[in-house]
Amino acid sequence: MSTKGKVVGIVSNLVTIEVDGPVGQNEICYIDLAGVKLMAEVIKITGNKAFVQVFESTRGLNVGCEAEFTGRMLEVTMGPGMLSRNYDGLQNDLNKMTDVFLKRGEYTPPLDNERKWAFKPIASEGDEVRGGDWIGEVQEGWIAHKIMVPFAFEGTGTIQSVAPEGEYTVEDTVAVVVDGEGNEQKLTMTMRWPVKVEVRTYKDKPRPFKVMETGVRTIDTLNPMMEGGTGFIPGPFGCGKTVLQHLISKYAEADLIIVVACGERANEVVEIFTEFPELDDPRTGRKLMERTIIICNTSNMPVAAREASVYTGMTIAEYYRMMGLKVLLLADSTSRWAQALREMSNRMEELPGQDAFPMDLPAIVSNFYSRAGFVYLHNGQSGSITFIGTVSPAGGNLKEPVTESTKKAARAFYALAQQRADSKRYPAIDPIDSYSKYLEYQEVVDYMDEHLEKGWVDKVLKMKDILLRGKEARDQINILGDDGVPIDYHVIFNKSEIVDFIILQQDGFDKVDASTPIKRQQYIANKILDICDSSFDFENFENVTTYFKKVINIMKQMNYQEFQNEKFNSLEKELDDLLAERRVNGDGGPGEDRKETVLDERRSGDEG
Amino acid sequence: MKAKAFQKIYTRIENITKATCVVEAEGITNEEMAYVDGRPAQVVKINDKWITLQIFPGTQGVATNAEVVFTGKPPTLKVGDDLRGRFFNAYGQPIDGGPAIDGEEREIGGPSVNPVRRKQPSELIATGIAGIDLNNTLVTGQKIPFFADPDQPFNQVMADVALRAKADIIILGGMGMSNDDYLYYKSVFDNAGALDRIISFMNTTENPPVERLLVPDMCLTAAEYFATEKNYKVLALLTDMTLFADALSIVSNRMDQIPSKDSMPGSLYSDLAKIYEKAVQFPDGGSITIVAVTTLSGGDITHAIPDNTGYITEGQLFLRRDTDIGKVIVDPFRSLSRLKQLVIGKKTRDDHPQVMNACVRLFADAANAKTKLENGFDLTDYDKRCLDYAKEYSRELLAIDINVDVDKMLDTGWDLFAKYFSKEEVGIKQVFVDKYWKN
Ligand SMILES: Nc1ncnc2c1ncn2[C@@H]1O[C@H](COP(=O)(O)OP(=O)(O)O)[C@@H](O)[C@H]1O
Ligand SMILES: [Mg+2]
Repeated sequence: MSTKGKVVGIVSNLVTIEVDGPVGQNEICYIDLAGVKLMAEVIKITGNKAFVQVFESTRGLNVGCEAEFTGRMLEVTMGPGMLSRNYDGLQNDLNKMTDVFLKRGEYTPPLDNERKWAFKPIASEGDEVRGGDWIGEVQEGWIAHKIMVPFAFEGTGTIQSVAPEGEYTVEDTVAVVVDGEGNEQKLTMTMRWPVKVEVRTYKDKPRPFKVMETGVRTIDTLNPMMEGGTGFIPGPFGCGKTVLQHLISKYAEADLIIVVACGERANEVVEIFTEFPELDDPRTGRKLMERTIIICNTSNMPVAAREASVYTGMTIAEYYRMMGLKVLLLADSTSRWAQALREMSNRMEELPGQDAFPMDLPAIVSNFYSRAGFVYLHNGQSGSITFIGTVSPAGGNLKEPVTESTKKAARAFYALAQQRADSKRYPAIDPIDSYSKYLEYQEVVDYMDEHLEKGWVDKVLKMKDILLRGKEARDQINILGDDGVPIDYHVIFNKSEIVDFIILQQDGFDKVDASTPIKRQQYIANKILDICDSSFDFENFENVTTYFKKVINIMKQMNYQEFQNEKFNSLEKELDDLLAERRVNGDGGPGEDRKETVLDERRSGDEG
Repeated sequence: MKAKAFQKIYTRIENITKATCVVEAEGITNEEMAYVDGRPAQVVKINDKWITLQIFPGTQGVATNAEVVFTGKPPTLKVGDDLRGRFFNAYGQPIDGGPAIDGEEREIGGPSVNPVRRKQPSELIATGIAGIDLNNTLVTGQKIPFFADPDQPFNQVMADVALRAKADIIILGGMGMSNDDYLYYKSVFDNAGALDRIISFMNTTENPPVERLLVPDMCLTAAEYFATEKNYKVLALLTDMTLFADALSIVSNRMDQIPSKDSMPGSLYSDLAKIYEKAVQFPDGGSITIVAVTTLSGGDITHAIPDNTGYITEGQLFLRRDTDIGKVIVDPFRSLSRLKQLVIGKKTRDDHPQVMNACVRLFADAANAKTKLENGFDLTDYDKRCLDYAKEYSRELLAIDINVDVDKMLDTGWDLFAKYFSKEEVGIKQVFVDKYWKN
């Protein structure tokens, strides 16, 4: 007999229920409002009172309404047929709801129970298996969707039978496994898993070491993301968090992209709904939607489901990771999830932490980020979840709880700067404040040496140095005036402007420039380093700026051309001629080295 | 308010604060409307038989034995074509002396549109103001506020935008609006012969502040009616959302909620999002566009109200006085229309995006030159040209009194480029330079 209860209190979506039996923390219940069932999650229990957060509007609810507890936590249902779907935060299929407006209490199944899938066995009778092991596969779009032993399966078991190749629905039995206690378990192509619990059926989780190409130069070249890595994008509103995430979702080199629209604008998700079925995946030529799952819980949808949405996304990502796929999970914005926690914690009158956020926010955030990662499966294959979340700091101030908690959890930091956005230097990632801890990993250095070129990471660090020196030179120019500094300061500054305009800045709305393959990025980086290593001869500072503006202009036109097409090559020639005009014997004359040393001394002097 | 037979009446008030009271009652539903001593009120909390009511006009003079009448339903609005040309208070009652509306009664603050049923907005709204059309193009189904200090002429700009927007219906929601401004809007719409396209829900400074909380939902319920039943293009004007948020904080403070930043309730983001997300393009052609006003204090956009608003709306239009030309302009740096990408260069000329960006970039260079000048440094020739350009750009394109079409704006942009700069300095894609550069 399941536990039942009656509503005794309501404040917004926090409802108190007096229960007649046992209830569990995070257990799901349904409250009956005149025949409409409102789903809710237990978030606190005192005595016989369960405090639940309702995933719907509580308008019209009254004391005495009955509630029924399910005995289960918030779960997702997984199996073939999730690809290309649009779910809400609780994994309801939004396309199955026919009305223009969302109806309270309308829950739609995440999978299609009628559809038949062509099943091919992988395991065979007598095989020893454990949770997450592959039994068979079906073709889900372009993905060979593995049918796995349920993650909840404990210990090891033996396969008694596997269904022969053929057509099955997700409810049909496709295998029978005898567990350690000798019980037969019938397996279907569907499994359920509680979203707040990490799936740990993999063999082991090493540090990430493989580069994950995003096509965004300022990320790939300067602060690379790894397969299985974590990163976050904080920034004031309007600085380009969402555009950047959309760009990554379009061009990143992943098998599957899960986009969680968490408490932000509906029109931004509509953009994905509209464009992704039309846009081509540049690597495979398939439509982008074919590798995408959208979890959509926009700001006007129930607040409590916002929190659920990121967990739903993560759990589905874990499911596909266990198939040996490279999954990229994006969430915009994790701050909205934190705010949802804050709203509930306030209503429960908990002792608030900083800015009224719950005390355990840092733990919640780092727990979530730790679910990402690169893993080896027991069968020797590997899979990964790369997670990149945006953070929306109040007032644009990074010293706030969500940003600070996330900074402790994520390994790459892509800080968007208001100033860059104001001057339309998109993507507005601040090249100096941002970092990728992965550049410090020896595995990553080795990987780059082998797959890109020997000494690549040193080149990256050098480029960062150029940017830093450029900033210092500009500061000096601003303090001392254009002609109050040696001409070389202008040269140093302008060289950093090349890096800025040609690598950092990228036109996300241009067909060609929107995404740059890593090989082309390598070309650009080497070209620029070559220029930066050279000395140039100038009579006065005004010439410096004019000259480098021309250099930048040509290189920018090159960025707009297909790599090494005819026009590109003629621009390159034009560039080389222009460089030859003022370059002093190629590889860095002594003159400039000397001046730059002066600047270095000044810098160390400032610190001392 | 006369009690009707089926209504529940109680007379035991336990507790009274400035905006709320607690009454012992049974069978009461969450968010239902009630009348306390004849004053409209709404259920905001239920604890067993203790019902907390938020009393919109405030509690002055309410006694513990006052009559509390529950209506059994949440706040509603009667909708119908008769709404056109009418003026109402925050409860949806006529204030223009006309008859009550006899139409379908709808709950306000209803459910959200299923995101997969929305259509992507794609219809440009031309306002003639280059600071908007050129740099921050508006699209139907968008939600966008003016960020402005109280002394800036946002009411005039908003009225201009409303009248030029070619909307089928304009719904004006006034929150803490001064009576003078209310009369201003009325006369502008009247003079333009647009009164039959206007519906207004008004809470003026003379009305109690907490009443304002109902105004946006009233407006948007009417908007949804026209946008879904008649497939109209509806434009909702909400002013001033800062005063709306202030009312939220009054209520939440009375309810002893822990305030977050700037003494605003922790739910401010969700509260505002619920309103602004009603902006939508429906698949059948109807749309709701929201243009709002969020007044700032001393231009501070980091305050919780504009900050949360900026995170919700699809951009913002930032007004400021440009002392160099002595006019109010739409600030190109802090202003943004996030939906402009959907139309610029597609519904407008192909050079639009690049011209827009180059204009702003050069304006930024001018700002740097100005800083240099203020710091007492010599200006380069380029700096000087930038400063001259900036003045003309500001006067010919950014000022709010401009009224021309987008092609003309773009032509003006190219004129300015050729007048002050070389092609390299402008740095626009070669194809456009070849096509449009003015020799
Ligand atoms: N990479 C980019 N290229 C061009 N414009 C951009 C870029 N990133 C952002 N923008 C501009 O900034 C606006 C706001 O970006 P958005 O990603 O929505 O900001 P956020 O999510 O940080 O609030 C966009 O509508 C667009 O006009
Ligand atoms: Mg965003």
